[in-house]
Amino acid sequence: MSDDRPTPPDLDDEARKAQKRRNLWLALALVAFVVLVIVTTMVRLGGGVPERM
Amino acid sequence: MSSTDASDLQLPRTRPATAVDYVQLMKPRIMMLVVFTALAGLVAAQSVTGVSINPVMAGIATLAVALGSGAAGAINMWYDADIDSVMKRTSTRPIPSGAVPRDEALAMGLIMSGVSVLLMWLASNALAAGLLALSIAYYGWFYTMLLKRRTPQNIVVGGAAGAFPPVIGWAAVTGSTTLDAWLLFAIIFFWTPPHFWALSLLAHKEYEKAGVPMLPVTHGAAATRNQILAYTIFLAPLGALPVFTGLGGVVYAVVSVILGAAFLYLAARVWRSDAGDAGAAPASLKKAKGLFGFSILYLFLLFAALIAEHGFGAYIAVPGLA
Repeated sequence: MSDDRPTPPDLDDEARKAQKRRNLWLALALVAFVVLVIVTTMVRLGGGVPERM
Repeated sequence: MSSTDASDLQLPRTRPATAVDYVQLMKPRIMMLVVFTALAGLVAAQSVTGVSINPVMAGIATLAVALGSGAAGAINMWYDADIDSVMKRTSTRPIPSGAVPRDEALAMGLIMSGVSVLLMWLASNALAAGLLALSIAYYGWFYTMLLKRRTPQNIVVGGAAGAFPPVIGWAAVTGSTTLDAWLLFAIIFFWTPPHFWALSLLAHKEYEKAGVPMLPVTHGAAATRNQILAYTIFLAPLGALPVFTGLGGVVYAVVSVILGAAFLYLAARVWRSDAGDAGAAPASLKKAKGLFGFSILYLFLLFAALIAEHGFGAYIAVPGLA
């Protein structure tokens, strides 16, 4: 059976480093969003959060 | 140029994108003014209505406004990549310079739009989130895709997009909007035409090359200078109007009257010049450039006065008015 998957384009070192940096920033942004949602929820619910835990 | 042409454009990727490119995609200068005016609305609303918002929630609401502004900027750059690559002033932006692929800019704009509206809703209320969504759609779709390439009134009608932030800030605190909030909206709305037209007097050849029907391109420089003066004559007293509703105190009154008079003087200087005409004197172009620069200072100081009065205890009611 032949492999029809497209071959990824060749990246030079600089492009690969830039891609890694972008991925890292995306991961950090995602973590920041999750933290913000948690903080918002805790502040809005106030004292009710610890009581439920 | 049709919208199909604009969205089909493919630009070659010539260099890897850096973090700076993605920041540029969000139009950071516009973002700063947007955040500042939203903050003024947020601070003034608490002081005027007596309703307070948790400082953490206020911070997240402000962040949501910043993200929303960045999202609209990214969508605008995605759509306008074709004309940006034609104009010298915008040819170094991340997409035309080949650093960021267009589809990546669109994805970033759409995701950030959703995140910003969701954060605003979580941190404040549905009205503020709805107004933020409306302002993103107004700039990213209504102004960028419908108005900009079709009518010389593009920046007049489109100016509403930049006028929403203080209303959003106000709504984030109170869950409603009042006359004071819409007064701040009106000030930014009527400030936008003289601000942008001063710039377009300097760059009208570029707009013409790109096929954007800015007023100097379609109606000539003289008509643009007339319009700049007409809008400034309306803006100067409008800028002082918050004093009569009690929103502005003594500091705001002094700042708005002095800056309004200066704005009028500079607009009149441009009106009397040949700025934007073929073979215009360098001194005339300097006057248009001066007006453009001052217009930014005007808006910044007007809203700084509000923040100083309502956020730092500098408010003293104007005798006989409040």
